[in-house]
Amino acid sequence: MTIPTETAGQAPDESSALWLARLRADGAEREAALGELHELLLRAARFEIGRRRESLSHLRPGDHEELACQTADDALLAILAKLDDFRGESRFTTWAYKFALLEAGVKVRRRAWQGKEIPLEEEAWATFAGAARAERGAEDRELFAAIGEEIERSLGARQREVLVAIALNDVPIDVLAERLHSNRGAIYKNLHDARRKLRAALAERGFELDLYLDRKEER
Amino acid sequence: MSEPTGRRRGDGALLDALLGPGVPELGCDECFAELDRYVELELARREVDDLVPGMRAHLAGCPACAEEYRSLRDLLGADEVRAPR
Repeated sequence: MTIPTETAGQAPDESSALWLARLRADGAEREAALGELHELLLRAARFEIGRRRESLSHLRPGDHEELACQTADDALLAILAKLDDFRGESRFTTWAYKFALLEAGVKVRRRAWQGKEIPLEEEAWATFAGAARAERGAEDRELFAAIGEEIERSLGARQREVLVAIALNDVPIDVLAERLHSNRGAIYKNLHDARRKLRAALAERGFELDLYLDRKEER
Repeated sequence: MSEPTGRRRGDGALLDALLGPGVPELGCDECFAELDRYVELELARREVDDLVPGMRAHLAGCPACAEEYRSLRDLLGADEVRAPR
């Protein structure tokens, strides 16, 4: 997908340029900038971990702060490795924050699923199909039955595995990526392809999905 | 063995999760590359859907990227409260 970059190529704002200069300097100036950046990342990490405290309720007191420090350390390394990628299209601090939020999000999701098994695909689908039969009206039952059939018939094994794990079992994409020795981008591609195939198969069977989804939103 | 959770959602959310946005969208790597710019443009009340096409659809389809988007937006919002420009 091509993205128009209205702000591409523009010089960074004054504050961002100063960050870059200090991080590329030598000696005490760089050390001071690294310390300030680490503080900034720690603030973002604490913010994110605080938001997700519920999913980390099994952690001991002190573990949250340790996780925040690990997050800030890892985000700092990632930023320094990608400093040349900063295009000046946002403030440097906004650009830096996203690395800390990504690191924190991934770490929290993985901690929350540590030691948990991913539910078996067949088991998940059987439960879903049973609930569809029991709880829905005739029109809905028809659609959900067709979805079940097309998941079995139209999708490849990896597409089916990814779709069921993420869409039915709420397995976080980073957790699934780790278990499948893959990465978020590749797993999302599997998910995207599965959804596209499923939509096409249902459309071929005459289901007007957009109308159906609109009606669901109105309820 | 943990219990599958999808069936507890409403039909609309479940169908969204199964079928996705159904329009052209960015991938996760492109989303991450654009996230800082997108959030700043949005907070500046610019027409983000024209400036970063495919981003909104991706955020609707990818729960993890959507969480990071909301976090960055809210973190910048908190910064604004702490130190208004």
